[in-house]
Amino acid sequence: MNGPRQLEASMDRLVTQMGGWFPGQRTVFRGHDLHHDLSDLDWMGLYVFGITGRRFSPAQLTVLHRIWTYTSYPDPRLWNNRVAAVAGSVRSTGSLAISAAMAVSEATIYGGRPVIRCIDFFQKSKQQQEAGANLVDIVKWQIDKYRGIPGYGRPIVGVDERIGPMMKLAAEQGLDQQPFVRLAFDVERVLLEGRYRLRMNFAALSAALTADMGFSAREHYLYFIPCFVAGMLPCFVDASVKPEGAFFPLSCDRVSYLGVPERVW
Amino acid sequence: MSEQRDSIHTRIWREQAEPDNAFAAQRCWCAGYDVYGDLLRKASWTEYLFLLFRGERPARWQAALLEALAVALANPGPRDASVSAAMNGGVAGSTYASCLMAALAAGAGQLGGAHEVALAMQLWRRAGMRLEAWQAALQHPEVEERVDIWPQIEHAPGFDPHGASCALPVRQTLQYLAQIGAPSGELAWLQQHRLALETAANAPLAMSGVAAAALQQLGLSAREGEMLFLLLRLPGAAAHALEQEEHGVGKYPFYRDGLNVTNDPGPRLAT
Repeated sequence: MNGPRQLEASMDRLVTQMGGWFPGQRTVFRGHDLHHDLSDLDWMGLYVFGITGRRFSPAQLTVLHRIWTYTSYPDPRLWNNRVAAVAGSVRSTGSLAISAAMAVSEATIYGGRPVIRCIDFFQKSKQQQEAGANLVDIVKWQIDKYRGIPGYGRPIVGVDERIGPMMKLAAEQGLDQQPFVRLAFDVERVLLEGRYRLRMNFAALSAALTADMGFSAREHYLYFIPCFVAGMLPCFVDASVKPEGAFFPLSCDRVSYLGVPERVW
Repeated sequence: MSEQRDSIHTRIWREQAEPDNAFAAQRCWCAGYDVYGDLLRKASWTEYLFLLFRGERPARWQAALLEALAVALANPGPRDASVSAAMNGGVAGSTYASCLMAALAAGAGQLGGAHEVALAMQLWRRAGMRLEAWQAALQHPEVEERVDIWPQIEHAPGFDPHGASCALPVRQTLQYLAQIGAPSGELAWLQQHRLALETAANAPLAMSGVAAAALQQLGLSAREGEMLFLLLRLPGAAAHALEQEEHGVGKYPFYRDGLNVTNDPGPRLAT
């Protein structure tokens, strides 16, 4: 048994290099004075510096910004946005609406899980390729084992309208021919030439772009957390100003019952 | 051409509208039982919970076991991560919903939290009531091949990595719950083999481990158990958050001298 030694040693004491607030004096952010040393960073620069401890080039930050821009869809039918809209419709608070909508974005068919698994797939595939494995075999193994490739295929429709504009920007920034971006398209080619008919979605391209910036899977996952948020606010605002309760209301007969017949307790 | 109507498909709930309003339910049935005309007068809160999750009324022993489990889990106390998270909301006057969201976020975790319970229930599913299978699983835990939003758990699920010995409330809860369940059930088996399992896990049994066994014995799946565990621990979080709101930040730990920033560049010198 390990016992409580580690807890005893940590009581009233946190040793960190992440930072802290010195009231009335300064705030330290990963070893730098926030209000003086880091004032050249915009919010995205600070955000990814907070995650990684690394600074990124203007071209990279432009791409990181644009990924978030292109994932901000103000469509309240999308499941995470609908949380924000429902909350607005019943006059809940903005923070509750948006934080709940962000939390549900950590989903399986979109958002959190594909995001982290996609970059992990790329990084492991690259290692396997460098060790001599064939990409066709890697893709086939992945599909046989997990019945899909994270970042390929898409709920509702097959084509992802964000790929073209994002690649245009990546080209403008000189980031479109990096190894992981090429790998992402190679995987799509393998899938299309095989019988799988799965096209690359935006999760794959964005994972490739950040992998080329040196993000780990965990760093990429953390970077992606607020990626939908700008699309959530319009959904909340719209539902908040419309008549209360009027967001896609369901009448009783829209509850389609599939269960057992009536019985007495 | 007929227009397809969007609707909710459910085995749990049926409604009949009031004659004058399609959006107001006149009658509601849960798994076939008239909720306000029949169930309301006859079912307890925990019986209704069981019905919602399992679609059937609980047997008497199942209702008693869930009732006792709900009491055991209702308040893990203010040192628990989920309650602590809720109190951080309450003490500064945050919304009550955010206090419970905070409790859920921290209480969802893998150290005493709901995802740990789910992992422990998965162990039950794999190892059953076979001691050798448990010992093998605890000594050689499976490592997930794929990365996930949940990090790899850092200790044997259901056991306390910081424990010196099995705490009395854990033993008391296990003993009582095992008395309610059948002698051939998971709880009785856990009580019988606790010491051997603790040796294999190199850690004492935790409340999450007792909860996992109880939820398993109730016939719940791991995902049902995870959800129910989240739900059952909210009362204490709510009460403690409200209490701290009354006390205010002046009586709440801030660790004024507790933070040691080892790479502090120091104050800027005036130029």
